[in-house]
Amino acid sequence: MSTLTETKSLVGAFTPEAFAAHLASLPPGLPAWWLERKRAAYARFAALPLPGRTDEAWRFSNVGGLTLDGFAFPAAATAVPFAPIGIKKSAKLVFANGRLFSREVLAADLVARGVIVDTLQNALLRHEALVKEHLLAQPPKFGPGKFSALHEAFLADGAFVFVPKGVELGHPVGLFHYALGADAAVFPHSLVIADDNAKVTIVEYFGSTVDTEAQFAAGANDLYAGHGAQLTYIGKQDWSHRALSFQSNSTVVRRDARVQSLNLHLGARQARHESLSQLQAPGAFSEMLALTVARETQEFDQRTLQIHQAPNTKSDLLYKNALLDQAKTIFSGLIVVDADAQKTDAYQSNRNLMLSEEAEANSLPGLEIQANDVRCTHGATSSRIDPEQEFYLQSRGIDKTTADELLTFGFFEEVLNRLADDDLHAALRTLIQTKFTK
Amino acid sequence: MPSLVIQDLHVAIGEKEIVKGLSLTIKSGEVHAIMGPNGTGKSTLSKAIAGHPDYTITAGDVLLDGTSILAQEADERARAGLFLAFQYPSEIPGVSIANFLRAAVQARMAEGEELDATAYYKRLYAKMDMLKIDRKFTSRSVNEGFSGGEKKRCEILQMAMLEPKFALMDETDSGLDIDALRIVSEGVNTLRGPDLGVLMITHYQRLLNYIVPDYVHVMWDGRIVKSGDKSLALELEAKGYDWVKKELALA
Ligand SMILES: Nc1ncnc2c1ncn2[C@@H]1O[C@H](COP(=O)(O)OP(=O)(O)OP(=O)(O)O)[C@@H](O)[C@H]1O
Ligand SMILES: [Mg+2]
Repeated sequence: MSTLTETKSLVGAFTPEAFAAHLASLPPGLPAWWLERKRAAYARFAALPLPGRTDEAWRFSNVGGLTLDGFAFPAAATAVPFAPIGIKKSAKLVFANGRLFSREVLAADLVARGVIVDTLQNALLRHEALVKEHLLAQPPKFGPGKFSALHEAFLADGAFVFVPKGVELGHPVGLFHYALGADAAVFPHSLVIADDNAKVTIVEYFGSTVDTEAQFAAGANDLYAGHGAQLTYIGKQDWSHRALSFQSNSTVVRRDARVQSLNLHLGARQARHESLSQLQAPGAFSEMLALTVARETQEFDQRTLQIHQAPNTKSDLLYKNALLDQAKTIFSGLIVVDADAQKTDAYQSNRNLMLSEEAEANSLPGLEIQANDVRCTHGATSSRIDPEQEFYLQSRGIDKTTADELLTFGFFEEVLNRLADDDLHAALRTLIQTKFTK
Repeated sequence: MPSLVIQDLHVAIGEKEIVKGLSLTIKSGEVHAIMGPNGTGKSTLSKAIAGHPDYTITAGDVLLDGTSILAQEADERARAGLFLAFQYPSEIPGVSIANFLRAAVQARMAEGEELDATAYYKRLYAKMDMLKIDRKFTSRSVNEGFSGGEKKRCEILQMAMLEPKFALMDETDSGLDIDALRIVSEGVNTLRGPDLGVLMITHYQRLLNYIVPDYVHVMWDGRIVKSGDKSLALELEAKGYDWVKKELALA
């Protein structure tokens, strides 16, 4: 009897029965290794305790706010909101409650050149080897990984993007994930492979229809940039303001490849975002960017790892948070330089703009360097609105709230300016704006 | 007729009194120049009128069209028709001139009224052309990396866009080269008219050759100690402030 209660508290709504029902709901013909991995993941999830106050990997997080209880597996959606990112796309996949809802297919010439934008379920059937090589292939590096295990266990479907050698996509691929309905639990996933010298931009969006519904999301993505590939990833998290969100992103960068990722954090009541970059061969470069607008009692918990595994690799991280009201942010970042990764150039910076006396920003920058010929810099700052700048704007008739908003955008601009694409830049600005007008 | 009335104004920074009982009435259409040695409180006066929160008004009043503005925030005063061209304009990284001015123009529109973007840019470009400011500046961050002269020109651009009733211009001429001085002065003269009153703070008589004032005041230790017409500026230039000091000592 007591074991039963204990098990239940560890799994919440994600019971063994729920897992069995999930497996039963999957289409026939999925590879056995994948089902086996899911079973193993469920066992890990069920055995691991919820993060506790003394967990180093969750330092400063409100672990009391973490819960697995009360969530449900939502039915298929009948409608989704209008796609909020008004830019031209090469292809689009829209998922609602974990199922493909709609799609815009690639142009025929891109299909003919071997580009694939499809569901993970289809990819597991048709491109099994590729999926097996890359899907959730990196071990958890941000603690024991209870939520990553939960993601793997319940992942039903997601996006699969493959851009073959030397192919460049002119417009971004749009991947949309919606959670619809109260208590909905979703497990979004995107697997993106840019083969050697390929070039692609991914725009991923996470959102809800009703901003006040409690929801649960445990998502992940895998980005792989082959030799000389150029991969740009834009992620926008805009879940309902009562959602609990976990997202674990992994990026592998090969020789002379360049990955730029920008994560925009707007939604959820409590959101943890883990971002791992592995620079695996000389010339690899990962630029890691993030912007957060934290309001009311929101908590954004960002954990990053820049792992330099080969010489002459470069990483550049810039995370900027704007904090209002009683919001809280955590940035915990670590640069790891392996012994043979000489001539590493690594940069890490977390900047917080405090727009309220009651907001709280925590920064834990870190270095772990085994090589001796490296250049690594890191730093964290918190600042307030400059009263002279505020007065200058006010003296032009702009009210204080709007002035602060303009100054916050000014603060973000350094990050947005890193984007090469002006349309994307404008679309992101608009999206951030909605958070202020709410 | 619209007026800006400064009545026995006392302004303190912290415990220190800087402006010590200054009275001045500017009527619409008039240009008043204030001259005075460094540290005498000219910028303090202009920032206090504009509503800078660091400056405490310990006594006196400022009336815009007969209504006291002292209870209003800086942005309300600006929307009521006041404009301050700063001696040292702030640099605002990441906020473009276009977005900044747009927000300022929008702030003056009625609730629910939409800004006509095409008309806005047309007007902005016309004013920029008048002040010989490169149109590329619209996408640059406000004052960031601007030369001293570019900053001053940008202040006048804002004034031209916002069409205030009363403008306080704090050393708009300093840092301007000869050509820029002429361009900026011409710009101000274009704006000059029955609907604008100007309080112009300057150290140099040469500005007053371009923008001819109706009145010239000498400010000394937080007060206006002498007033006259444009010839007073010439006299000051010739005799220096020691002359004023001696006159003061005699009085
Ligand atoms: N924020 C401040 N804190 C303390 N003292 C100040 C502050 N601002 C101005 N002061 C002092 O107030 C006095 C008047 O300064 P203000 O800038 O008004 O002079 P000004 O007449 O404009 O001089 P200038 O011709 O050099 O521009 C000076 O002694 C100055 O040091
Ligand atoms: Mg001054």
